[in-house]
Amino acid sequence: MSVSAPEFSLRPSGRLRRRRIVNRIMESIGTGAALLAVGVLGIVIASVAVQAAPAISLDFFTKPPNLFGGAGGGISSAIIGSALIVGMATGLALPVGVLIAIFLTEFARPAVASPIQLVLDILNGLPTIVTGIFVYGLLVIGHTQSAYAGAFALAIVMLPLVARAAQEVLLLVPSALREAGLALGVSRWRTVLGVILPTTFGGILTGAVLAVARAAGETAPLLFTTSIFNPAVSTDVTHSLPNIPVLIFTYSEQPDKALHEQAWGAALVLMAFVLVASLGAKALLARSRRKLGQ
Amino acid sequence: MMTDDVTIPINVGPVEIARERKAPAPAQRETVFDIRDLEVNYGPTTAISGVNLEIYRHYITAMIGPSGCGKSTFIRCLNRMNDLVPSAKVEGSVLYRGQDIYADGVDPVEVRRRIGMVFQRANPFPKSIYDNVAWGPRVLGMRNGLDDRVERALTSAALWNEVKDRLKKSALSLSGGQQQRLCIARAIAIEPEVLLLDEPASALDPIATSAIEDLMHDLKKDYTLVIVTHNMQQAARVADLTAFFTLEVAEGRRTGVLVEYDSTDKIFTNPSDKRTEDYVTGRFG
Repeated sequence: MSVSAPEFSLRPSGRLRRRRIVNRIMESIGTGAALLAVGVLGIVIASVAVQAAPAISLDFFTKPPNLFGGAGGGISSAIIGSALIVGMATGLALPVGVLIAIFLTEFARPAVASPIQLVLDILNGLPTIVTGIFVYGLLVIGHTQSAYAGAFALAIVMLPLVARAAQEVLLLVPSALREAGLALGVSRWRTVLGVILPTTFGGILTGAVLAVARAAGETAPLLFTTSIFNPAVSTDVTHSLPNIPVLIFTYSEQPDKALHEQAWGAALVLMAFVLVASLGAKALLARSRRKLGQ
Repeated sequence: MMTDDVTIPINVGPVEIARERKAPAPAQRETVFDIRDLEVNYGPTTAISGVNLEIYRHYITAMIGPSGCGKSTFIRCLNRMNDLVPSAKVEGSVLYRGQDIYADGVDPVEVRRRIGMVFQRANPFPKSIYDNVAWGPRVLGMRNGLDDRVERALTSAALWNEVKDRLKKSALSLSGGQQQRLCIARAIAIEPEVLLLDEPASALDPIATSAIEDLMHDLKKDYTLVIVTHNMQQAARVADLTAFFTLEVAEGRRTGVLVEYDSTDKIFTNPSDKRTEDYVTGRFG
């Protein structure tokens, strides 16, 4: 039995060979772009970590800044201030955002839902400097800078994020669960409260955590509302409170090497918080998806 | 030994008619639903039209017919589940024990409280087995003797023995058939008067299906059951009365219509309409 030349070839030729080459090139460009993103993040993390290294010590986290500048001292007052401001902002944005999401997914007719949806998207795209100057005009002019004004501005930044995230998980709930609740002669609200919300709890929390991570780093609104502060530890929210983003900004403009290092240190703290929060949110979301059986 | 309650199965092709199943004599009938000129439109499409029928207390009534003939649309009219479809429009009247459930001022929540429903796909809440059954009664204010109520409902749904040791476990850990029985337990825990079952066994294997069918026989002592099924054998096995729906195509529009409604014996052995006969003998559908 001799092997004769095949009647046709299964190997690429002509156009197909060209397409394969183009395909290969596009694939490598795409891979390169993805690697670039990873690389940029890696470089940012590495450079911040290197620059911040001299500043990091136990005192850095536990002590307030030195009253008269110079070496020593830490950023404890800014950590506490940021936590308070972001905490208050979350307290404002989370309930309202979740209610908006519930309204949009469970109650609103499409004709009502889509304009609200659009408004949320616009709000999400609103430059935070605009939010900042708005709150400045609303709550700061005629009064003083205050932590609650900063929290209010951050809440505006967080609101569309929370609402969109909550809406997305609510849409994941199978409509069979809503029907099951309603078929028991239970009203819509009780079904939402008793069945839908508990099911989506993890997902909503995820959205909240991501919004918190975003708000924690917002600087523009805080420059308008809580940027001139006494560096000592304080929890009085009716006054300006020190906070990490503004501290990074002001320290980096000081003619003092120690303060520059502290600015890098604060940047590292902020970045670590955002990283941990994002990873935690991802884990939470995976857990809640499992719970929904998807 | 010959007694009255032994009946010989009548064979119509592969369909075996169950025993102990009878249509009510007119004197014994107690009408639960009186449906008149029911028409349902989804936007420009008419799903069903001109449906007139009565459903009797403590009997099992089956709706059969080919896919898309409007059986599910019909059963969803009986507890106003169609309200959830924004484009659905219901005309005609559905009298539940003399009251039109589509009348002004009628709250669909109150209607559904009395007329429970079990769906095609088991849809337990992502809660514990106990909470699945207890949630409805708790929300509706039936808090006294909740444990007993849960046990009774699970027993009625023939599930108690399988789950009594793991009531706190997630309902999603149960098998498909168990989940469906849990859904039945959940529906009867609030003591509805009617139970609507929309193809309750279509996603189950034969053993689980047979468990659900046995359960239906037990439940009819206390409840009025209406079941939608595309499985003729199932209708023949469980139902006292059977309604046959089909799709009528006229001027390019497809509309579900009720063809014949009679005792299950009659429908399967001696239907009066040619279309019913074609369907039950397997010549169509």
